[in-house]
Amino acid sequence: MIGIEHYVFVSSMLFVLGVLGIFLNRKNIIVILMAIELILLAVNLNLVAFSAFLHDLNGQIFAMFVLTVAAGEAAIGLAILVIYFRGRGTIAVDDVNHMKG
Amino acid sequence: MNSILFIVFLPLLAAFIGGLGNKALGNTVVKSLTTGALFVSCALSWPVFLSFLSGSAEAIVTPVLHWVSSGALNFNWELRVDTMTAVMLVVITSVSALVHLYSWGYMDEDPDQPRFFAYLSLFTFAMLMLVTANNLVQMFFGWEGVGLASYLLIGFWFRKPSACAAAIKAFVVNRVGDLGFMLGIFGTYLVFGTVSIPEILHAAPSMAGSTIGFLGHRWDTMTILCILLFIGAMGKSAQLGLHTWLPDAMEGPTPVSALIHAATMVTAGVFMVCRLSPMFVTSPVAMDFVTIVGAATCFFAATVGTTQWDIKRVIAYSTCSQLGYMFFAAGVGAFGASMFHLFTHAFFKALLFLGAGSVIHAMHHEQDMRYYGALRQEIPLTFWAMMAGTLAITGVGIAEIGGFAGFYSKDAIIEAAYAKGTALGHFASFTGIFAALLTSFYSWRLVFLTFFGKARWAGSEHIQHAVHDAHGHGHDAPSEEHGDSHADHSHDAHGIDPHHGEGTGGYHPHESPVSMLVPLGVLTLGAVFAGAVFHGAFVGVETGGEFWKGALVFDEHLMHLSHEVPGFIKWAPFTVMLTGLLIAWYCYLKNPKLPAAIVEQIGVIHTFVFNKWYFDELYNFMFVRPAFWIGRQFWKIGDVGIIDRFGPNGAAWVVAKGTVGARRLQSGYLTSYALVMLLGLVAAVSWVMVG
Repeated sequence: MIGIEHYVFVSSMLFVLGVLGIFLNRKNIIVILMAIELILLAVNLNLVAFSAFLHDLNGQIFAMFVLTVAAGEAAIGLAILVIYFRGRGTIAVDDVNHMKG
Repeated sequence: MNSILFIVFLPLLAAFIGGLGNKALGNTVVKSLTTGALFVSCALSWPVFLSFLSGSAEAIVTPVLHWVSSGALNFNWELRVDTMTAVMLVVITSVSALVHLYSWGYMDEDPDQPRFFAYLSLFTFAMLMLVTANNLVQMFFGWEGVGLASYLLIGFWFRKPSACAAAIKAFVVNRVGDLGFMLGIFGTYLVFGTVSIPEILHAAPSMAGSTIGFLGHRWDTMTILCILLFIGAMGKSAQLGLHTWLPDAMEGPTPVSALIHAATMVTAGVFMVCRLSPMFVTSPVAMDFVTIVGAATCFFAATVGTTQWDIKRVIAYSTCSQLGYMFFAAGVGAFGASMFHLFTHAFFKALLFLGAGSVIHAMHHEQDMRYYGALRQEIPLTFWAMMAGTLAITGVGIAEIGGFAGFYSKDAIIEAAYAKGTALGHFASFTGIFAALLTSFYSWRLVFLTFFGKARWAGSEHIQHAVHDAHGHGHDAPSEEHGDSHADHSHDAHGIDPHHGEGTGGYHPHESPVSMLVPLGVLTLGAVFAGAVFHGAFVGVETGGEFWKGALVFDEHLMHLSHEVPGFIKWAPFTVMLTGLLIAWYCYLKNPKLPAAIVEQIGVIHTFVFNKWYFDELYNFMFVRPAFWIGRQFWKIGDVGIIDRFGPNGAAWVVAKGTVGARRLQSGYLTSYALVMLLGLVAAVSWVMVG
């Protein structure tokens, strides 16, 4: 029997993978975007699982919103990426330290 | 309105105006102001003294201001005028006024004259405050005031390192005595519950025989109080052990030496002991202590005086020695004789110092007597003044007939000490007689070296400078002699070499200006007549008690006995005076090679005495160097090692290291920032959830 704990376990694994994907990745900004998607996915999974478990539709509605936001975020992120590539000629994460004073 | 207010506060006013006005007012204004104030003070003091002399005046207390009112401790600023104060008023204001006048001439070329005169007046005020004090705290105020003025004046030529060192030494050594004085005042308050002098003196006899705990032992109350107070007096009056500052104080200008370190301030200790004489007589042990210290100082300083070459140092040790006389007179109970010697000594010692100043002035600031000689014809007025002073200090006079000032007071002391009848009294008396021999020797030695014999001026650098300045270079003072005189200073501590540095070197001493000669003249009168005129009042058997009116303990019985001492005691001072004179004459005029030969014979003793019994070296070893060592440890370990290390330097180190770490945090990588954000968020959330 697959219980709520399995969903929570999978979603937290996804979440941790996403976070690590952001921090350990030193190569590519696209990977960061993908990692963020992964995090959102983990959250969505959590929302849907608890919605089913608690018999409360609010969670699933919220998951829809999250999907929408995730799509928008991906679009904007890729757009920024393209602009960035035009300006800098690279999308390697190691080179993105302009915020250093 | 009472004249005492003017006497005391005019000098203060003059000091303030002159000191603050300083250069703005100009030399002449400040000099006139301070000197004028002192002469007015002096003119007002004499009537006070004469009214006490004639017996028409009574002791009065003039209130000035309310001072302290705290629980059981109550006292005011009050000026007490009784016989003792009147005597001191006359001494202080007269000598001070004359020294002010004298300084017009002596300090004529100094660029800082207003400051000098303001200090002199400030000193006079502090001293007047000391002698008019009606309570111990006020006396302490004056006590410290004169200490301060002394410090300022010794270090007046503050560009001279030796003067600064001497000033600090005087101040520090006096602090040692002051500690005793302060403990004495505290103890007195503890025992009597008041600091008012009349009340203390009134209650003193009732406390005789009681005991008090001090330093873990039970002591006789009056003994411990008196000895503590006397330690204060030892510091101020340069008694054996705390005397080391006085000879060094000669670094100050000569008028200062005359006023402070001969005539007035150093007598503060004697004054205090006499003022508190009803306390001291309740403790025989303390009295014996005073006698022993006084006699020892008297002898010690006289021996050192016989070997010194610096004219001012000879007189400085002479002062030290005479103060010893005053103390052992007080110690045997002859307080009247003690005050009498203080009174006469003030005149002739001021005279000697001012005379020495006049000689130094004439000899272009040369102070070494080895380069004097034959000045009798050149500066005759100074010579006669110095002669009067010397005759007075050596106690020239014939019993039953009369003599100079020192004759009366010194004989009174020696006779009183003998008449005391105790072993200690006899000891003090004989010490006094022997010291009188030494006094006569060194005083006449000074006179013979300075005024008689052949001129030995050429060897002096000061004289050579003067001659060079006057005639330009290429004068007949040859340069190799210049070099020799250096060598002279370094090794020839033994005797005058009659074949060396002889001649005038082309120098012509000049007699001092009128402003310096007038004080010499007035003081000469004092040195000649002060003893004869006043001895009846001060130490007369019948008249003394009437004169003092209980201002000090006047032991009529002792005074009576002192007139009946054996003949040899009466004649001894005169005999030893003549002996000293003859020895000095033989050694320094008849046979000038003799001193060097004697020194050869007794080399060790001479070196010991010449180096002032090695007191300075001893103190240097015992106190100064350990103090330096402790200071250095505090500095190296305490200050640098602990406070600096963990204080400012430590804070700076933490900031420096911390910023290196903080700089690393700002990598510029977005991912790092995101991680930090996340960690922060996690931390915040867990804190909220757990908390």
